[in-house]
Parts: sequence; C-alpha cells; structure tokens
Amino acid sequence: MSDRARRLVAACILLSLSAAVETKQPGEAAPDFSRVDVAGKAVHLGDYRGKLILLNFWASWCGPCLAEMPRFSRWQTVYGPKGLQVIGISMDDGSSPVMALLKRRPVSYPIVMGDATLGEEYGGVFGLPLTYLIGANGRVLARYAGESDLAAMEAAIKRALPRVDP
Amino acid sequence: MISERIVNTIRFLRIISAITVVWLFGLFSAAVQADPRPASSIPSSALVQPSELASTLRGPSSPKPLVLQVGFRKLYDQAHILGAEYVGAGGDDQGLGALRERVAKLTKDAPIVIYCGCCPWSHCPNVAEAFSALRDLGFSRVKVLHIPNNFGVDWVEKGHPTEKTP
Repeated sequence: MSDRARRLVAACILLSLSAAVETKQPGEAAPDFSRVDVAGKAVHLGDYRGKLILLNFWASWCGPCLAEMPRFSRWQTVYGPKGLQVIGISMDDGSSPVMALLKRRPVSYPIVMGDATLGEEYGGVFGLPLTYLIGANGRVLARYAGESDLAAMEAAIKRALPRVDP
Repeated sequence: MISERIVNTIRFLRIISAITVVWLFGLFSAAVQADPRPASSIPSSALVQPSELASTLRGPSSPKPLVLQVGFRKLYDQAHILGAEYVGAGGDDQGLGALRERVAKLTKDAPIVIYCGCCPWSHCPNVAEAFSALRDLGFSRVKVLHIPNNFGVDWVEKGHPTEKTP
C-alpha cells in the first residue's frame, strides 16, 4: 500500500471514530423524547407542542448551572401562564445528587435524568450548561452554550411568548 | 455549697465548649468538602493547550502521553479525546481512587495528560484535585489540558480528534 493510500485509510478510520458534531441549530426540529421526571411524572416533549420550551441540560456539579436554575424557576412561575415550559435535563451520572440538590433547592419545573443517547440526539452535550429555546412549532429558536447572558435569554423568551399565546 | 456550684458551672462550660468545637469542626469539614480545589491553582507551567495536545496526538512522535478523562461518564461517552481513557471524577473520592489505581503501575516519569471540560475552567471541580493527587504520587510529567469554556467548545467544535464510547 502506498503512503498516500495509508494516509487515506487512516483519515477514514479517524472520521469513522469521530463523534458526530451536529448541534441542533435554529430552525431545526428539536428531537422528541419521553422520560419520567424525578418526581415520578411522565415528561414527553411532544406534549408541550404549542408552548415555548426552555430545555436546560445541567448537572449538580456544574456551578454555572446552579446559578441559572433559580432564574429558570422564576421564569417558569412568571411566564408559565403565558405559555413557557422549562424542562431540566440532568446529566449527572446518578440521580442521588440530583435528588439531594432539589431537596435543598427545589425548582418549579420538571427535572428528568438525561443520558448519552439523549445528549447525542441534541448534537452532543459535551459541556454544561447547555440550553435550547424551542418554539411552539417544535423547532429550535436558539442554543445557549456555556455561561450565558440570562438577560438576553429572558428577552428572547419574552419576544417568543406572544407567538405561543397571542 | 458555692464551690460545688462553681465546679458544676465549670463542668457545664466544658461540655458546651466541647460541643462547640465538634460543631465547628463539622462545619469546617463540610466547607472543605463543598469547595474543591479550583483549576486556577494549577501552575501555568503544567497546562497544555488544546491545539498543542492535538498536534502531539496527531504527530509522529512517540510515546504518546496517556490521556485520562477525570470528569463525568455521560460526557465522556458522547465524545472524548481519541484514545483517552475514563477514570472517574477527580472531585470525588471514588474517582480519585480509580485514578490512583490506573497509574499505580506506571513509572513516575510517564507522560500523563488529564482533562475534564465539564464546565468553564473556573468552575471545574475535577482537574485540580486529580492533578494534585498525581503530583502527590510523585508523577513528574503531568499536564492538564486547559479548557477555558468546555470540551465541546474548545475541543470538539475545533475539529480535534474525538471518538465516542461504542
């Protein structure tokens, strides 16, 4: 095998090994999922069609995530009647720290346990926090990776709400 | 009669003092456990930048460093540095135990790179603890991958080589 052919084979192997990096971008359909939340209630993303959804990937070990959650909880209370639904997806490796945290710091929205499969469906959750704003039509409106400007996020929610509940 | 009262008062004060000391020790221990060593405590001489490590891994030089992910399983499973091994979260005792076990048979001059990337560098609960543990064991060629934002932003989205757990 020639050197060039060897390099081509190596490149193909590398490509086949590489994790797919296709983050969900604005305009794309948000992958549907069904889970049971930590309180034991079924959560099916499709059931929230018609609502504006804030889908937040987080974990109990993630400082910036914990800083955001009280804001999200307040938004659920304030904007929930206007059509917002916040859903938290914990990427903790087990549910025990999640339960302990929520006991100390309860939130007003459902929390489900995520996994690698769900993360991959959303293009990979390789770092936290990661939040998607999903429109009433089930399509992604915005993606917020890392420490985000919560004022800008709230402004985006306010702008999108009238489309949900005119 | 008076001397008996004084003795009783002193006994009472001793008991209160002992309880206070135990309580303060408990508070201190909890505080220590709640605040893992910050990543900023790692000396800059021990850091390696993503592009530098990617170049080393792609290059012809050998031996390659042993790359260990000291973060969280669900993130590792979705994408990790090509060839990296998962050992466990550096921020907890179980993860540190697994790390010590993994390196037990290595020579002290073995090149090791550890990384996490779970969240922004200033909030990472894992890398500094893992780095400190390896240094305490006597490893002299330990580097920490500097991931300012998270693994997704600073490694995956830069196109550096990754793979996912099959």
